[in-house]
Amino acid sequence: MNAEMLLLTALTIITAATPLVYAAIGELVVEKSGVLNLGVEGMMLGGAVSSFALLHLTGNAYFGILGGAFAGIFLAGIFAVLTLGLQASQVATGLALTIFGTGLTALLGKSLVGVGHSGLQKLPIPFLSDLPVLGRLLFQQDVLVYGSFLIVPLVAWFLYRTSAGLTLRSVGDSHDAAHALGINVLRWRLLATLFGGACAGVAGAYLSLAYTPMWVENMTAGRGWIALALVVFATWRPGRMMFGAYLFGAISILQLHGQAWGIRVPSQLMSMLPYLATIMVLVVISRDRGKIRKHAPQSIGKSFYPTT
Amino acid sequence: MSQQVSDSGVLLNLQGISKSFPGCLANDNIDLQIREGQIHALLGQNGAGKSTLVKIIYGILQADAGTLHWRGEEVRIDNPGVARARGIAMVFQHFSLFESLSVIENIAIGLRGSGSSGKPTAQLRNRIHDVSSRYGLPLELDRPVYTLSVGEKQRIEIVRCLLQSPKLLVMDEPTSVLTPQEVATLFETLRKLAAEGTAILYISHKLDEIRALCSRATILRNGRKVAVADPATESSESLAAMMIGETATVLSHDNSNSGSTDKGRPRLSVNNLSLSDGDSQGVALQDVSFDVHAGEILGIAGVAGNGQDELMLALSGETRITPAAAITLHHESGLQAIAQSSPQERRTMGLCVVPEERLGHAAVPDMPLYENALLTAFKRMSLSRAGWISKAASHEFARQIIEKYQVVCRDSDATAASLSGGNLQKFVVGREIEQHPDVLVIAQPTWGVDAGAATTIRRALLTLAQAGAAVLVISQDLDELLQISDRVVAICGGRMSATYPAASLDASTIGILMGGGELPSSGLTT
Ligand SMILES: Nc1ncnc2c1ncn2[C@@H]1O[C@H](COP(=O)(O)OP(=O)(O)OP(=O)(O)O)[C@@H](O)[C@H]1O
Ligand SMILES: [Mg+2]
Repeated sequence: MNAEMLLLTALTIITAATPLVYAAIGELVVEKSGVLNLGVEGMMLGGAVSSFALLHLTGNAYFGILGGAFAGIFLAGIFAVLTLGLQASQVATGLALTIFGTGLTALLGKSLVGVGHSGLQKLPIPFLSDLPVLGRLLFQQDVLVYGSFLIVPLVAWFLYRTSAGLTLRSVGDSHDAAHALGINVLRWRLLATLFGGACAGVAGAYLSLAYTPMWVENMTAGRGWIALALVVFATWRPGRMMFGAYLFGAISILQLHGQAWGIRVPSQLMSMLPYLATIMVLVVISRDRGKIRKHAPQSIGKSFYPTT
Repeated sequence: MSQQVSDSGVLLNLQGISKSFPGCLANDNIDLQIREGQIHALLGQNGAGKSTLVKIIYGILQADAGTLHWRGEEVRIDNPGVARARGIAMVFQHFSLFESLSVIENIAIGLRGSGSSGKPTAQLRNRIHDVSSRYGLPLELDRPVYTLSVGEKQRIEIVRCLLQSPKLLVMDEPTSVLTPQEVATLFETLRKLAAEGTAILYISHKLDEIRALCSRATILRNGRKVAVADPATESSESLAAMMIGETATVLSHDNSNSGSTDKGRPRLSVNNLSLSDGDSQGVALQDVSFDVHAGEILGIAGVAGNGQDELMLALSGETRITPAAAITLHHESGLQAIAQSSPQERRTMGLCVVPEERLGHAAVPDMPLYENALLTAFKRMSLSRAGWISKAASHEFARQIIEKYQVVCRDSDATAASLSGGNLQKFVVGREIEQHPDVLVIAQPTWGVDAGAATTIRRALLTLAQAGAAVLVISQDLDELLQISDRVVAICGGRMSATYPAASLDASTIGILMGGGELPSSGLTT
């Protein structure tokens, strides 16, 4: 295994981690506001198919990204109307959203199957891209990868350094106490849910525009679920989530390359790993009551009924 | 009412407010007038409808009928945001805090929209430091709220409201878990605020507080307004009589501990219990040792946040301690080291616990009373057989508590959250006492209950002790401790003082002990 191969592996790990970063950071914000949206997989598929369709129609991948984000927002909007407006169960609605998204995208994407396009362009950053190793790794990427480097610190800064972020966390901690402070609980949850939708949509767009520039039915292949697991794995902390996304991304790449390198681990075991790791982390942190108490949004999944 | 002049100075005028819940009319046609700069008391027994009325003022509940006038203008308060915009702030009876956020974050977010950025800035930190030291309400700003005791949470609620500089300050039992010193400083602050024009609506069961502080009192009974009085010219007895609707039975219960000087043998021993604070940021317990004897009540005094919580958790079994012998029970058959046992095992061995936080810790808010009764009593009262719950027996047990402790509620099917604060308190206390434990550990036994019910609870504790049980009471209410305890010990910074006979102490000497000081003549220790 030489240096060039390592570099290539590292590059593929970045591509594998990027969609996870987007989907998980969005879901993290959603959950921090007290909403559990299990429809990430469905929203990612929606984003993937719409962005590819827009690329197909306009020839411009950037329109594709926008289209992906709006598709995610649209699907998250349906979820919000049902769970926030009509107080339907978040768990059931989220699962339904995934099933709905899978079916709908398969139907809408029929004519796109087999179409090929050149995907998202790489945008080397002047000077920095000339750095040895790091240049190729970090500064010769496409706009979505750059965005994924920025979005996590931005979200962390928003959640922990701004008053809006504090408000969002408070809504997730106790919607009754937030309501008592005159905070519009449903509005904050709506905004968070839509943000989560946009992120999931962009995650999907990355898959169909950059990861493999094409549309294949059910092309997310469970990444939405991994993103959900990641949020818990990270105990709702953005920094750890980023770490987790790269860890899980690396695992999935090793699973691909493993055979080439002659490591014979059953691929089923490898695809199990993210979930296994999440369960192990859950077991470990559950021994530490304080950690969970401090970081887990207390009112997650509960409907808010303004009192009468 | 003919003298309903809309004169200036009336800040809030309620007319004909009614509110019903399923199966209960909580407010029935209530009128109330508060003037600027007035400290107005709202009095009534547990379940009289006080909290319901102030929640309507604050917009958490909506009245079924009636009108609100703010400075002579009719207003609708649809939600707390509207109330806050008018300058109304409220200290909740069951605190309204964000448990996973830090103290300073809780305060920062409470100040949103009142000229503050709503962010925990260094400037805010200084302001809180100023205010909390001036008001004698110390706060540790960076601790997450879930690690705090109810007394500390109450301080946060109060400081948060005071920082908002409200026009109308509604306080629902703000002093229920404060020490007398804290109450004294708070009252000075409130008087100053009133002199500057703030109106204060004050709910409390402590009638001497009301008489010292308030210039007007509205008295509720069963949801109806029955009188408006000037507390300064009334006696505690006459106020109580108005609340109850008949002349009050003698409430003072003198326990000079005459019969109990011959202590029984120890029932519960705590031996050199030490507990590091770990990363839960609590107070470390340092080498705590004491015995509680059969037939006695041992009182633990202390300012909230000095290790009482940690001690409670260790005694209840929520934190396990090594070595197991740090806590031992004494039975006829010998000693039993229990510091490693689970709460349920301890109950079976005869140790029952009433934690201080009734809603959420002692009781599950959304479960009906009979299930809440079942939760702690299923073993001792054999409410389940071979894993099957006996619903009938649970209902029967719950009903027995409801009747004996005069819990005002629909029936044993009512959820814990639907009870008024004092009534739930009576229920959770009654639930443990009625299991006739050998050892009872109880925190804030009379938090928020009215004078009559407090007497019932204290009497039940005394009866339990007389029947041979060992009772450990942790309370912020020094009068209560002096009244019912045989011996008193103070806790300060996780250390225990020496133990003194209650008869040898008074409020000021306990105050010294609570501050970590020592009494000059140590000959009194037992
Ligand atoms: N959400 C609710 N659902 C049903 N009944 C309720 C609800 N809230 C209050 N009640 C009932 O309304 C009555 C008045 O309750 P409220 O809390 O106003 O009493 P309170 O005067 O504040 O008593 P306390 O001194 O014990 O706090 C009680 O009988 C209570 O059971
Ligand atoms: Mg009340």
